[in-house]
Amino acid sequence: MTIDWNAFTPWASLAGGALIGLAVGLFALLNGRVAGISGIVGGLLRPRKGDVAWRASFVAGLVGAPAVWLLVTALPKPQIDASWGALIIAGLLVGVGTRYGAGCTSGHGVCGLSRLSPRSLVATLAFMAAGFVTVFVLRHLLGV
Amino acid sequence: MKNFSALLAGLIFGAGLMVSGMSNPAKVRGFLDLAGAWDPSLAFVMVGAIGVGLVAFAVAGRLRRTLLGAEMRLPRARQVDRRLVGGSVLFGVGWGIAGFCPGPALVALGMGEVKAVVFVAAMLVGMGVFELLERRKRAASLRAA
Repeated sequence: MTIDWNAFTPWASLAGGALIGLAVGLFALLNGRVAGISGIVGGLLRPRKGDVAWRASFVAGLVGAPAVWLLVTALPKPQIDASWGALIIAGLLVGVGTRYGAGCTSGHGVCGLSRLSPRSLVATLAFMAAGFVTVFVLRHLLGV
Repeated sequence: MKNFSALLAGLIFGAGLMVSGMSNPAKVRGFLDLAGAWDPSLAFVMVGAIGVGLVAFAVAGRLRRTLLGAEMRLPRARQVDRRLVGGSVLFGVGWGIAGFCPGPALVALGMGEVKAVVFVAAMLVGMGVFELLERRKRAASLRAA
């Protein structure tokens, strides 16, 4: 293992992480729910009365964040290396997997670990391990 | 009010993803690439988020009602089962392939990235497949009962 010192952004990542913690904390205190993004989005596909507007509002905040950011400064440009086909396969896997697993990086990784939930710890270890193995196989065994 | 607080939480969450660099899939995959040139940034995002989250959830766990006066709906599930682990592994594979998990994908969609639109569309289809399978399973168990 070598550390990519050029890419490593400890302070920005710590600060951004604290903002994410603030967002999930506010959401827990004000809305009484965990800010699990896969669950919030997935719930929109099972619409129930009185349960749609807050979900749509949260998603609107996430999607609208870049527009608000633009009022202050230029957007950070994402680099998306995956091919179109890979993106579709990945999207399907993320959609099905997060719903069966009842959470993603936000619901299990951030909120669950903050709540000291053993269930979320298991889920987080499982998706992290799968992510490490997948990138290893793709980059170092298959060379894509 | 709860819609406004949800919008605000979404905005702050999205800003956090951009500040931390996590709205960039290449950076996320740099963290997942332990055997290559490793970028530990994502671990620092988790430390920052959980550091604040621990305090907030410790307080929230003691509240009977939310600060807006509504019912607390924090999860109560405790069981660790095949669904949890199997689903999380599938998610991790998809995460490794694209470098996108749901939050950053929605933020990148908001930046107008066409590839993020495609990823989100596929993710919604995947979630829809889950809903259909769950509905079929419920219908079958009702018939059996």
